[in-house]
Amino acid sequence: MLKRFLKTAQVRSPWLLHFDCGSCNGCDIETLACLTPVYDVERFGIINVGNPRHADVLVVTGTVNPRNAVVLKNLYDQMPTPKLVIAIGACGCSGGVFREAPNVLGGIDTIIPVDVYVPGCPAKPEAIMDAVVTGLAKLKGILEASA
Amino acid sequence: MARTVIPFGPQHPVLPEPIHLSLVLEDERVVEALPTLGYVHRGLELLAAKRDCTQMIQIVERVCGICSMLHAMCYCQGLEQMLGLEAPRRARLLRVVWSELHRLHSHLLWLGLFADSMGFEALFMQLWKIRERVMDVNEATTGNRVIVSVNVIGGVRADLDQGQINWIRETLVDVEAGIKNLQATIMHDPTVGRRTRGIGVLGREAAYELGAAGPTLRGSGWAQDMRQLKYAAFDELDFEPVVETAGDCWARGSVRFRESLQSMDLVRQALGKLEGQGVGGELTVKAKAKPEGEVLTRVEQPRGECLYYLKGNGTLFLERVRIRTPTFANIPALTAMLPGLDFADVPVVVLSIDPCISCTER
Repeated sequence: MLKRFLKTAQVRSPWLLHFDCGSCNGCDIETLACLTPVYDVERFGIINVGNPRHADVLVVTGTVNPRNAVVLKNLYDQMPTPKLVIAIGACGCSGGVFREAPNVLGGIDTIIPVDVYVPGCPAKPEAIMDAVVTGLAKLKGILEASA
Repeated sequence: MARTVIPFGPQHPVLPEPIHLSLVLEDERVVEALPTLGYVHRGLELLAAKRDCTQMIQIVERVCGICSMLHAMCYCQGLEQMLGLEAPRRARLLRVVWSELHRLHSHLLWLGLFADSMGFEALFMQLWKIRERVMDVNEATTGNRVIVSVNVIGGVRADLDQGQINWIRETLVDVEAGIKNLQATIMHDPTVGRRTRGIGVLGREAAYELGAAGPTLRGSGWAQDMRQLKYAAFDELDFEPVVETAGDCWARGSVRFRESLQSMDLVRQALGKLEGQGVGGELTVKAKAKPEGEVLTRVEQPRGECLYYLKGNGTLFLERVRIRTPTFANIPALTAMLPGLDFADVPVVVLSIDPCISCTER
């Protein structure tokens, strides 16, 4: 009973943690724009939280460098399982235009496993919302398999 | 009194970007603030060795996703100066249009985040709703919402036709009405006033000595704005820097609020001149030589003065690109503002300089 309730809650109302991992701000602002009236992801029950221990979905933008890699790993480890990671923008997917820069290690998946990749420089709010919905379908699958 | 050290950031709900401040507190009062940077450092100035000077436009646009157009404009103006070119008048007017639209959307974004930092979420939502109209203009006229990519060396790559000009004017009427509707709340609401007036004061002398830039400097009574250098087509437009004298968070907010209205006025002036010129016309001049020599250019970003130093060596690749951004200039001012504040005021004051960490670290 409780398990079923938790599953429904997690899929129907995912709490989102956003971490800027060295992006140019473009994707961050587009992620924030998703929360505002024009796109309004809150109608899907999605809430932006600041505490990784409350979050189900980790939304990461930007490239990884040696300094923020530690923070990213920490945030990921602090989140309760099952969790979902969404890499936003060309930088988050592969390093983007910065992949050859001296202080860039690469995309998010060099540090933590990524479930959904959102291309675009910057990714459009519609694409970000689509990614969250795609990710939730995946999360539902994981939850059903474990039940 | 025992001292407590509270880490603020690098992941913090108020800041979309990672900056770390070690706040030394006595009770609830901040005694000292030590910033740690480097979470967004990518080293993209050094990419100049791998990308030629035309490809570098794409890189400098991504120094900052909020004021990308101004970075590209500054870089292109620098190279034009080095190559001895002058962009056609129409291109310079179009640069004003897009750069001021960028300033407008950046200020609306900031006013929203500022409201959010003091817990005024309804105002944040309203401002971002208005901002989406500006983003629509960017998308419809250039093809992208954020990174508009209109600058090329020697001019711009997109033009506005009469229909688009009319539509931008109509949209700006709505945007202006929306902003004016919120004016009473932003400028005169008592709750906003109590969170911002007299908080984080930066005196006139201190602002100058600490090398503050942009609205942070103008909020402390200095009429210094890089647009006074008359780059692009600002020589043809009526323009007075917006100045406030109080030097507190409210003054910095007020400067940005009034600048967003001023940006709309500048866009209208530039559109008027474009109409006067008729549709069509030269948009770029072709570069014949390879960049050689040194050049220093400045533009006014939404956050303040942005400086580019470019050094060419006669090949397609620039030898050095050095970027100095306004947030970097404002961080010493920020660390001077924080001591003596209540801990709860820290997010408001940090936001009041409009920190753009990705500009700062590149």
